[in-house]
Amino acid sequence: MSSALLPSSRLTSVARCSSWRRASILAGTPGQTLAELPELHQMMRQTCRDYAQKELAPIAAQLDKDHKFPAKQVKELGAMGVMAVEVPESLGGAGMDYLAYCLAVEELSRGCASTGVIVSVNNSLYLGPILKFGTEEQKKQWITPFTTGERVGCFALSEPGNGSDAGAASTLAQQEGDEWVLSGTKAWITNCWDASATVVFATTDKSLKHKGISAFLVPMPHPGLSLGKKEDKLGIRASSTANIILEDCHIPLGNMLGERGMGFKIAMQTLDSGRLGIAAQALGIAQAALDCAADYAHKRTAFGAPIGKLQAIQFKLADMALAIESARLLTWRAAMLRDAKKPFTKEAAMAKLAASEAATFVSHQAIQVLGGMGYVTDMPAERHYRDARITEIYEGTSEIQRLVIANNILKEYQQ
Amino acid sequence: MHRSSEVKHVASYLNTRGCECFGQPCESHCPVLTDRTIHVQLKTFIKIRVKPDRTGVVTDGVKHSMNPFCEIAVEEAIKLKEKKLVKEVVAVSCGPQQVQETIRTALAMGADRGIHVEVSGKDYETLGPLQVSKIFAALAKKEQADLIILGKQAIDDDCNQTGQMTAALLDWPQGTFASEMTLEADKLKVVREVDGGLETIKIKLPAVVTADLRLNTPRYATLPNIMKAKKKKIANVKPADLGVDVCSRLEVLKVDEPPQRQAGVKVETVDDLVGKLKEAGRV
Repeated sequence: MSSALLPSSRLTSVARCSSWRRASILAGTPGQTLAELPELHQMMRQTCRDYAQKELAPIAAQLDKDHKFPAKQVKELGAMGVMAVEVPESLGGAGMDYLAYCLAVEELSRGCASTGVIVSVNNSLYLGPILKFGTEEQKKQWITPFTTGERVGCFALSEPGNGSDAGAASTLAQQEGDEWVLSGTKAWITNCWDASATVVFATTDKSLKHKGISAFLVPMPHPGLSLGKKEDKLGIRASSTANIILEDCHIPLGNMLGERGMGFKIAMQTLDSGRLGIAAQALGIAQAALDCAADYAHKRTAFGAPIGKLQAIQFKLADMALAIESARLLTWRAAMLRDAKKPFTKEAAMAKLAASEAATFVSHQAIQVLGGMGYVTDMPAERHYRDARITEIYEGTSEIQRLVIANNILKEYQQ
Repeated sequence: MHRSSEVKHVASYLNTRGCECFGQPCESHCPVLTDRTIHVQLKTFIKIRVKPDRTGVVTDGVKHSMNPFCEIAVEEAIKLKEKKLVKEVVAVSCGPQQVQETIRTALAMGADRGIHVEVSGKDYETLGPLQVSKIFAALAKKEQADLIILGKQAIDDDCNQTGQMTAALLDWPQGTFASEMTLEADKLKVVREVDGGLETIKIKLPAVVTADLRLNTPRYATLPNIMKAKKKKIANVKPADLGVDVCSRLEVLKVDEPPQRQAGVKVETVDDLVGKLKEAGRV
């Protein structure tokens, strides 16, 4: 009977789609506005949503339990063009804009948050800086093989001694003849156990402080580069996180990304964009949590009626939906500004801050709505709660986002 | 190979789950056909509500999407094109403005161009398999199609008629409920899922095939293909242009929700049970 069940399960999953579709009905006039997405974006959002619902959501819980990298799904996403959304077609990417990328990450994260971050890190943190600062030669070598889902990249900025304090990078890069020799330790590197290359930031001139940091491209595996133990995390467990240890790691001079001393600038600009990817991931997690809570509110009865009839639950659902929608619009706006090549640093920080705080808030409330059921692994609410937490920390903590926003505000009001 | 139990399982699943309009035609068929045609159907997945005047179900503001069997049909056509067995895949849909979105989904999967047969308002509400097959037949002649592939039935009205009627109007052979199809020169080998098992037939082109569940697994539209779909053309046609009268021969008398399930009655003994059944005239 298994062959009969498999195709019909596609019908069930298609039918189950209803709550997903209901949750995203937009009104308004078409065009490049926040009121309604252009048709192209709607289509690509739909294809990502279909994929996430059919291929990611059913396995997300198991991937989380097994801490397993979804290699098959990453390859399929590569074939769909999702692993390199902004990369031009000439280099093997999908050639779409950043708004499309944010939509993709949100929809995929709604199915599986770990897959969302794997896609986000590859797109924003690895391909992003190479696309922006790489030479044509570097792009061919370091971008094209990473568009298909066969290989993923990672981004090594943080160290055991500094996360938010990125300017204090203590990893060193010394020139020895026609090679760079890197030494030091990088911490909290997402994707590293599954990656085939990394963008590493190291100090080339300690006296210049943050202006003495440069960016390098290192293949993985590579002599002199080793990985620390996989961290046992609270959430996003299907994506690997570990230290990257560089000991006498030799790379050709041509592996420097951008100019010498440009590293800090590259890192900051990369993170500006990257945080929109994380905002999108947080939105996806929040939406999944809301889906779970709203569905439960319809089905669970107490005091003689579905709990969705109770004001206490209704107020929660309203606040949850509001938080998500507000953060989503901020994210879209920041992405549109970036696509229009306008300054978007403040908006990106706002988006990431709003979305990550929405994710933690919504997933917290979702557990509350589910009561005891929210606390057990039978329902996905507890996984969303665990997955959401990291979004307030990585790619710029909420505190750093506040500083970025404040700095921009003060500049606007400069006397 | 006796697979009737599997076939029945799928068939009954559709009748309880797919026919959310409780057996009444609520959406029109929006056949997508092409030169190697694809059938696309409008289908909603939202809770169906009967209209207050009981003439049908509420369709306002309801999102429409491609009928799952039609998705399978589109996929099959694109596979034929990828194998270089067919030259062009044209996706067709009948209905109001919204169906363009569905056609574009077919284009994003890989169809070459689309045709939107505009039917809206009252005509759309009463559009059924007969009118659609007439449109199909007319288009097939106009486009000089060699193969029409449709979904076996729409999951909103479960009519399972359009493919068969189209073939009859064109006087073409038909391979319905296809779970496998192979093109061999100008003949098509079709494996059909029937109640008794699997039936293999060979039909000559031009022909009509209706897709069943196990024919293939539709692909996800890739981002580059979605981008390409933007540039593909969708032609606009009216049924009158094709000489088709969309006036319906059917009149819907009323549409009702299924009766509310009544609570059961518990009985103590088998005799009581038999007694109650006799009372209700069931025995």
